[in-house]
Amino acid sequence: MNLLLVLPLLIPFLTAVAALLAWNRRYVQRGLSVVGAAGLLGAGLGLLASIWREGVQATQMGNWPAPFGITLVADLFSAIMVVLAGLMGLAVAVYSVASMDAGRESFGYYPLLHILLTGVCGAFLTGDIFNLYVWFEVMLVASFVLLALGGKRAQLEGATKYVTLNLMASALFLAAVGILYGVAGTLNMADLARQLSLVGQPGLVTALALLFLVAFGIKAAVFPLFFWLPASYHTPPVAVSAIFAGLLTKVGVYALMRVFTLLFVHDVGYTHTLILVIAGLTMVTGVLGAVAQNEFRRILSFHIVSQIGYMVMGLGLFTHLALAGSVFYIVHHIIVKTNLFLISGVVFRLQDTYQLKRLGGLYRAYPGVAILFLIPALSLAGIPPLSGFFAKLALVKAGLETQQYLIVATALGVSLLTLFSMTKIWAEVFWKSAARSPQPAVPRPPPAALILPIVVLAMLTVAMGLAAGPLFTLATRAAEQLLNPADYIQVVLGGRL
Amino acid sequence: METVLAFVIGGLYAAGLYMMMRRSIVKLIIGLSLLGQAANLLIFTLGRLIRGRPALIAPEATHLLEPFADPLPQALILTAIVIGFGVQAFAVVLIKRVYQTVGRDDLDDMKATDEP
Repeated sequence: MNLLLVLPLLIPFLTAVAALLAWNRRYVQRGLSVVGAAGLLGAGLGLLASIWREGVQATQMGNWPAPFGITLVADLFSAIMVVLAGLMGLAVAVYSVASMDAGRESFGYYPLLHILLTGVCGAFLTGDIFNLYVWFEVMLVASFVLLALGGKRAQLEGATKYVTLNLMASALFLAAVGILYGVAGTLNMADLARQLSLVGQPGLVTALALLFLVAFGIKAAVFPLFFWLPASYHTPPVAVSAIFAGLLTKVGVYALMRVFTLLFVHDVGYTHTLILVIAGLTMVTGVLGAVAQNEFRRILSFHIVSQIGYMVMGLGLFTHLALAGSVFYIVHHIIVKTNLFLISGVVFRLQDTYQLKRLGGLYRAYPGVAILFLIPALSLAGIPPLSGFFAKLALVKAGLETQQYLIVATALGVSLLTLFSMTKIWAEVFWKSAARSPQPAVPRPPPAALILPIVVLAMLTVAMGLAAGPLFTLATRAAEQLLNPADYIQVVLGGRL
Repeated sequence: METVLAFVIGGLYAAGLYMMMRRSIVKLIIGLSLLGQAANLLIFTLGRLIRGRPALIAPEATHLLEPFADPLPQALILTAIVIGFGVQAFAVVLIKRVYQTVGRDDLDDMKATDEP
């Protein structure tokens, strides 16, 4: 058994168990949570390095050979996602130490956070489609409780919508898995990739592909299935919002990219064109929704939807460069978006509101926080030399190469609107003079544990822009593995081809 | 038998969706639960219905003879039932808290988060 593949599941799970055992000791839980998240990041980096050197790796749970047992498999894309899950887990764990209230801490916030990370990493590493469903449910149940924990009215209303639509997606996913098993007779994804080409019922397989598109589309929050997201993401405490914004929808995007590069590639002209159309509509509706909002976190929530469009656009174009662009975009987006949510939390702490109208004057009082906001905000809009620019550049170039001018125009236009909307936050929150008079005479800086993760993530954003070359090489290798799944199939099934 | 089950599954999906589109949150949860059951029956039916042929290798035989009843869909359903049970238990507690907080059993009243 390859321990590297199991550690990203074991570490957060054991952390959650240990934190549960320390139920009454909040300080112990905090320490465990930070250490566990750091361990997950370390395990992810180890996995990534090992896969970079040796290619795709797989391990069979319980030593049952594939396709009968449950396979854990990691290619570069999975490993990158695990590293990001660890990084976001660590950033949010540190941030939570200073920002989470005692009530939530004593009612299982830290165990839930790590169960969520377990589910997310499980979804990234599994090689079995039913097992993917199970990991989705692990992640969802943890996220349900994190969302509702605290029991404020807004939270409960948001949770109702979030729970309903996500359970509906799960029911569809389950039905699709059942039909897939009825059609192909296997659930191992590598085996499915071979069997589906032998089925000989292209209509049925396309229908299945679309069922998966809807099920994962709800989880990834694409147009027109995204309504649960802006209704719920701004209701929980900001640390919870940040980890949701960074990771949850991206698990949906990961699942889409996995099944639409590995399984459903027989009718690319139909399925991937549809994905491209959805991508364009997602970008536009998301950004228009954001423009209409006046609440800090709701603006950011709508931007998640808009950005999902870019990631899915790479999948829709379905070329080497486009997929590399998508992978790069996901890395950039997770770091930047989590960071923006964390900053909104600092702003809330300083001025006690998320309403743009009642915020203001922060540039004068806390120029450091303003600069920290500006870096991810400009990166999100795609201003060079920050990471978002290179991500968009790759996607736009891929679009031009395949002569999909409409989607390129959409992507560029949406970029402009994103910039507009970030400028709006900048002008309202930081630049305009304070809306309310009682400003503290002496600026009281927020605690270091709040600022530290933000600074690190902002530095990563800058570093990703300055060292875009090496990261892009990584993304290109990941895209190569996605486009040529022969290695993946060979590694999972062993010699039995 | 497949035909009967097909109608049952269709009926369950229809009933589930109908219940979900009512405004009451209790009916919403009942609808979700029906959708889950419909999916389970769908897996069961698509795993081929074969009677009286367990997936056991006879003592004198070396491998399984077709046709045999595939146990895997049932294992999938069992997992799905357990997960569904846990999730629905959570959902019931959630709507109880929602009802206590909002004071009404009507989805149309849940607009506190919709201010732009």
